[in-house]
Amino acid sequence: MRLSAVDTERCIGCQSCMFACARRLGEAGLASTCIGVRSIGGMERGFKVVVCRACDDPPCARVCPVGALQVRKGGGVRLDEARCIGCGHCRDACIIGAVFWDDETAKPMICVHCGYCAKFCPHGVLSVETAETTESAPGIGMAVRGESMERQERLERAPQANNAVDATEKAEGAGANA
Amino acid sequence: MLKADPLANVLYIDLSKKRHWVERREDLFEKNIGGAGVAVEILHEECPQGADPLSPENPIIFAVGPLTGLFPLASKTVAMFKSPHTGNLGESHAGGRSAVAIRTAGYGAIVIRGANDIPGYVAIHGSEVHFRDARTLWGMRNSFTVGRIIRENEPAAGLRSIMRIGRAGEKLIPYACVTTESYRHFGRLGLGAVFGSKKLKAVVVSGKHSLPVGGGGAAEYRRVYDQIYQEAVASPVMKKYHDLGTPENVLPLNALGGLPTRNLKDARFEGADRISGEALAEHYLGRRLACSHCPVGCIHIAALREPDENEPYFYKTSMISYDYELIYALGSMLGGSDPEGLLKLIDRIEVYGLDAMSTGVVLAWATEAQERGLVSEDAAGGLRLAWGDYPAYLEAVRRIIEQPNEFYAALARGVEHAASVYGGEDFALAFGGNEMPGYHTGPGAYLGFLVGARHSHLDSAGYSVDQKVLTKKQIGPDELAREILKEERWRQVLSSLVVCFFARGIYSPDTTAAALRVAGFDCTSEDLQRIGAVIHTRKYAFKFREGFSFDTLRVPERVSETPSPVGTLDSRYLQAAVDYVCSDISRAGC
Ligand code: SF4
Ligand code: SF4
Ligand code: SF4
Repeated sequence: MRLSAVDTERCIGCQSCMFACARRLGEAGLASTCIGVRSIGGMERGFKVVVCRACDDPPCARVCPVGALQVRKGGGVRLDEARCIGCGHCRDACIIGAVFWDDETAKPMICVHCGYCAKFCPHGVLSVETAETTESAPGIGMAVRGESMERQERLERAPQANNAVDATEKAEGAGANA
Repeated sequence: MLKADPLANVLYIDLSKKRHWVERREDLFEKNIGGAGVAVEILHEECPQGADPLSPENPIIFAVGPLTGLFPLASKTVAMFKSPHTGNLGESHAGGRSAVAIRTAGYGAIVIRGANDIPGYVAIHGSEVHFRDARTLWGMRNSFTVGRIIRENEPAAGLRSIMRIGRAGEKLIPYACVTTESYRHFGRLGLGAVFGSKKLKAVVVSGKHSLPVGGGGAAEYRRVYDQIYQEAVASPVMKKYHDLGTPENVLPLNALGGLPTRNLKDARFEGADRISGEALAEHYLGRRLACSHCPVGCIHIAALREPDENEPYFYKTSMISYDYELIYALGSMLGGSDPEGLLKLIDRIEVYGLDAMSTGVVLAWATEAQERGLVSEDAAGGLRLAWGDYPAYLEAVRRIIEQPNEFYAALARGVEHAASVYGGEDFALAFGGNEMPGYHTGPGAYLGFLVGARHSHLDSAGYSVDQKVLTKKQIGPDELAREILKEERWRQVLSSLVVCFFARGIYSPDTTAAALRVAGFDCTSEDLQRIGAVIHTRKYAFKFREGFSFDTLRVPERVSETPSPVGTLDSRYLQAAVDYVCSDISRAGC
C-alpha cells in the first residue's frame, strides 16, 4: 500500500491531510506531520503536495552514515530511530523535501504510507494504491511501503490506522465536491 | 485548560521599545476561552479610556482559541482594537493561515503596543521575534507585490501567515483593511489604519509547535474529530459554500427583494443574473481555496484575462477573490452588472487594501449625491459618477487614496462624515458609523446592524431571522430583540473558540462542549451560554466607556422608503426593539 497524490490541481490548501498525519499519533497541531502542502508562489497559483514518493533506490538511505534508514522492498525507507544520530544528511539528499524534521527529537520524520491522511482529503487529491499498481501518478507526492519502527509502534496503538485500506473509497465519498 | 497548552502564552510586542516578552495568562483563557472573549479583556487592560485610535496608545490584539489547530473549521483569528472609523470597539475576524500560525507559533494571543518610528514589519517565528525594516515596502502601489516580497524574505512557507496593509492603511483611511494570504481580510472597522498609524506594514507569523490533547486521550480526540469532520463534509450548507461560495446568495436575495441596489433605491437588481455566483463561477472561476484546517474551501478566485490596450496578443491574467458582500457593495449597490468591471473594481480595492463594503457604500452615496446635485462635477474634480460606470468608479477609488481635493478627502473618512459635510444623510447608509452590509431583508437585519457590538451583519445574523421567521409570521419587537440578543451572545462563544460562523450548525452547544473537553476545558453547554453573555456584556462595557449611546443611533430614512421582503420598515417597531435591547443590556450590568 502506498500513498499517492493523484491530482494536485484539485487541492484547496486546507491542510486537513497535514493535521491528519499528526493526529494518527494522537497529536494536534502540525509538528509531527510527514506531508506538506504549500503554495506555488502565492495561493492563487495552486499547491504542491510534498510527501515521500517511494524511490526505488532511495538517496536518503544511501547517505545515512549509520544505516538508520533501511531500504524497503518496493521502494522507500523505514527509520530505526534508535540508530539515527540526527545528522540530517537524509534531509539534504531528498530533493523534493519529503524528509521532514522533528525539532524536538532532532530526527527525521518520513511518511509510512499508512494512508490515514487520504481519508481526510475532502477533494480527492490523495489516494492509496496497493503495491500491485505501481505506475507513477502526477504530482510530487508518491508513495512507498516504508515505516518507521517506532512510529509503527505508536500507530499500532492508534486503532483507526489499520482502516487505511478503504481510504480511497472514503475520501471520495466524503468530498463536499463529489 | 491543559497545563502544557501554549494557548495561555500571550506575546507582547512593544514597537516603540523594540521589546517583546511572553506572559502566561491562564486567568484570561480559563475564564473567557480565547478569541473574542480573551481579546476584549486585553482591550480593557491595554486601551486607555479616550485613547486616540491612531495614536501609539491604541493596542492591536490578535487572539485564537483552544480549538484552533485541534479541530476543523476552528480557523479564524479575532483582531481587537479601538476603531478609527467609529471611535469605539473595533473587532474583525479573518481566516487564511493566520489562526493556525498563531496557535502553532505557541501563542493564544499577540498584543502589539506602541509604534515604529520608521516603517517596519514584525516577523514572529515560534519564540523568535524580529523587527524588520520595511522602508522599501512603504508606499508600494500594489499590496500583492508586498506579499510576494515578504514571502521571499521569510522562512516557513506553508506554515505562515502574512498580514499586511496596502496604501489605504498607510494613508490612515479609517476603513482600510488588513489582508492576510492575499485574499482574506480583517476587513471592517479600520484595523489597516491602526497598522498604518504604527508604521507597521505587516505581521508575519509561523510556527511548528505541537499541541496537547487531554480528556480521553488520543482515541477520544480522534472520535470527536471524526464526528465534526464527517458532519462538515456531509453538510449541505458546507457543500453550498464549496460549490458557489457566499455568492450563492445573490439570486435568492434578489428574488426575495432584499438585495440593496443603487444605494438602496431598489432592493431588486435587474442585472443580478450577470453577477450571480452561478454566472461568475461559469465564466470566471479559476480556483477554490481554503483557510488552514477547513475542508470546505469557500474562497472563490476568478481568473480575469484582459487584453493589453496597445499590444496585440498580449494578455494579463489577474486572480481575483470574490464574495457575496463584494458583489453587493461593488455590484448591485453601484448598479453594476458588467462582471468584468466588477472584478476590476474588486481587484483595485484589493490592491489598495480598503474595506470593500465601506468603499461600495461610500461610492453609492457619492453617485446619488451627484445625481441630486449635492456634489457638482466640479467639486468631484471633473468626474461624473453614474450607476454601473466602472471606469468612473475605478478612478474615484484612486482618488479616495490620493485625495486630490476636499470631496475625496471627505469620502476617505466614510459615508457618515461625507454626508455631514455635503448633506444627504437620509441616504447615507451607515449604522453605528459603519457602512451597511448587503441585507435589506427586514427589521431583524437592521436591528442587528444597530445594536450589534461591532455593527456587523455577522454579530447576530438578523437577516436570517427575517428570512426564517418574519417572512412567515409577525413577531413583536421584544421577541425580535430577544432573538437577536440570544444569537449575538452565542456567537461570542463561537468567536472565542474560534470557529468559522459558517460552521455554526456543526458546533452546536453539545458538540462544542465535547470538543472543549478534548482541549482540557470542562464546561457544560449552560456554562458556555453564560460565558457568551458575559463576553457580550464586556464588549458593551467597553462601548459605553468610549461614549456609545443607544440614543444617538441613526436610522437613515432610505431604509423605510424601499420596501423589504417583509414589508415597509416601521421605524417605531425598530425603535421599540432597540429600546428593548438597551434595557436588556443595562440589566446585564453595563
Ligand atoms: S524520503 Fe525522499 S529520498 Fe527518501 S524515499 Fe522518500 S522521496 Fe525518496
Ligand atoms: S500516509 Fe500516513 S504517514 Fe504518510 S503522510 Fe499520510 S498519514 Fe502521514
Ligand atoms: S487534504 Fe487534500 S485538498 Fe486539503 S491540503 Fe491536503 S491534499 Fe490539499
